[in-house]
Amino acid sequence: MRARVAYAGAIHEARPTPGADGAADRVRLADGRVLAEEDVVWLPPFEAGTVLALGLNYADHAKELAFNSQEEPLVFLKGPGTLIGHRGVTRRPAEVKFMHYECELAVIIGRPAKRVARGQAMRHVAGYCIANDYAIRDYLENWYRPNLRVKNRDGATALGPWFVDAAEIEDPSSLNLRTFVNGRQTQSGNTRDLIFDIPHLIEYLSSFMTLGPGDVILTGTPEGVHNVVPGDEVVCEIDGLGRLKNTIAADAAFGR
Amino acid sequence: MSPSCKIPFDSWPFALSGRVYGALLNQRSAFQSMAGQFEKAPYNAPPRAPVLFVKPRNTLAADGDAVEVPAGEAELEVAACLGIVIGRTACRISEAGALDHVAGFLLVNDVSVPHPNYYRPSVRFKARDGFCPLGPRVTPRESAGDPDALIIRTFIDGALVQTASSADLVRSVSRLLADVTDFMTLAPGDVLAAGAAAPAPRARAGQTVTLESPALGSLTNRIVAGAG
Repeated sequence: MRARVAYAGAIHEARPTPGADGAADRVRLADGRVLAEEDVVWLPPFEAGTVLALGLNYADHAKELAFNSQEEPLVFLKGPGTLIGHRGVTRRPAEVKFMHYECELAVIIGRPAKRVARGQAMRHVAGYCIANDYAIRDYLENWYRPNLRVKNRDGATALGPWFVDAAEIEDPSSLNLRTFVNGRQTQSGNTRDLIFDIPHLIEYLSSFMTLGPGDVILTGTPEGVHNVVPGDEVVCEIDGLGRLKNTIAADAAFGR
Repeated sequence: MSPSCKIPFDSWPFALSGRVYGALLNQRSAFQSMAGQFEKAPYNAPPRAPVLFVKPRNTLAADGDAVEVPAGEAELEVAACLGIVIGRTACRISEAGALDHVAGFLLVNDVSVPHPNYYRPSVRFKARDGFCPLGPRVTPRESAGDPDALIIRTFIDGALVQTASSADLVRSVSRLLADVTDFMTLAPGDVLAAGAAAPAPRARAGQTVTLESPALGSLTNRIVAGAG
C-alpha cells in the first residue's frame, strides 16, 4: 500500500510504518523520512481519471431508501474537484438538514478496458482504496439524478488513505466495511452483498465506454447512512485498506 | 479520451483539461418542452439548480471523427451547444465577474442515445466512446463577440435542421457559471456546455452532422454504424 502526501514543499510517495506500539500511525517517505500521519497532507492516492459511482448497489441500502430492484447498475459521474484525501475537511452548508457519508470500496482501473467479459474483468483492476462519498439530500432533485449539486460538490468525495495493489487483496468480494462517527460505529456491510459485483460492473461499463488507467469505480454503500454535522469526525474502514478519516466543517471554515 | 481522438489539447490560447460538463433544459425551447411535466411524477417540481451532466474523457472526439450508433439503435440525438472554456479557476464567482474566468468558446455536440426521461437516465445514453465531439478550436473570448448572442446552426447532410442562439439561454453564460461554481469549482481548460435547444435533431448512420457558428467555426462528424 502506498499514499501520496505533501510534505516540506513536495509531493511524496509514502508507505505505512508501524509506530513503537505497533499501530500504523506513521508514514515513511520514499526518501526515508518517517513522519507522524498528522504531519503530512494526504492527497487522493492516485491521479483519478473518470470517476464513476454507483447508486443503490447494496440490497439493504436500496431497501433503506425504498428503492425497487433494478435492471442495470445506477451509475453516475463525478469530476475531479470533488476529490480530497485522508484527513480532509468537507463543508456542510449551514442551511441543510441531511448530509450523510457513504463508505464505499473504490476499484481503480489499471489497464484499458473495452468490451471486457466478466471472466476477464479482474485483470483490468490495478488496486483499491476506501471512498467516502458524501451526499446532501436537501439538494436532491428529480432531474438527472443524482444531480451534481448533491454528489459532485467540491471536497465531498474522500479517497484513501492508501492505494492498495490488487494483488494484496485476496478476495475483494468479501471485505467488511465500517463507518464510525465520533468513534461510534454507525454503518457496517460487506462487499459480498453488492447487487452488481466488480466483474459485473467492469463488464457493464466497458460494454459502452472505454475505461482507462486511473478511472475509478465507487461501488456503492450499504445501509447505515446518518446525518453528520460540523465537528463530526467520520472514519471509514475496509478490511485490508486502512482507515479513511474526514472531518465535517461549517461554512465559516470556508470563508462563507 | 477515445483512442482515435485527435483533439489538440495543447491548443492556443489554453489547453483543454479534457473535463466536460453540460447543462440541460437551459435553452428556453428545451425548458418549455418539459414544462408540462414539471409538476408530474417522477419530477414533481421544476428544476431549481442547473440540470447538469458529465461527459467523461472517453467521449471526447474531434472535428472529423466518426460517431458510432450502437447496435440496436436507429438514430442518435445531436445537441448543439455553446461550450464555455474556462481560463481561470472559477470558484464561487459572481455573475458580474464571470466572463473574466472564460478563456473562450467552442462548439460542443452533446450526442445521446435518445431516451425519454430526465429522471435518472442510464449513463450509457451519454457516456459512450466518441459521444462528445468538440472544436474545431478554442475561439478566444475577445474575438468571439457577445457571448449572449452567439448563433449555432445544425446541418444534417447539408440541410439546416436547427438554429439556436445563446440569447435564448434560460441561464446566460454568466449566470450559469455563477450558479455552477457555487458548489463545484471549474478549472482552467474545463468545458461547460451551456445547453441545447429542443427538439434535438436526430441523425442515422450514414449521415453527416455539422455544427456551424459564424464566430466559432464548424464541427463536422459522420454518423456510422457501430459494432455493439
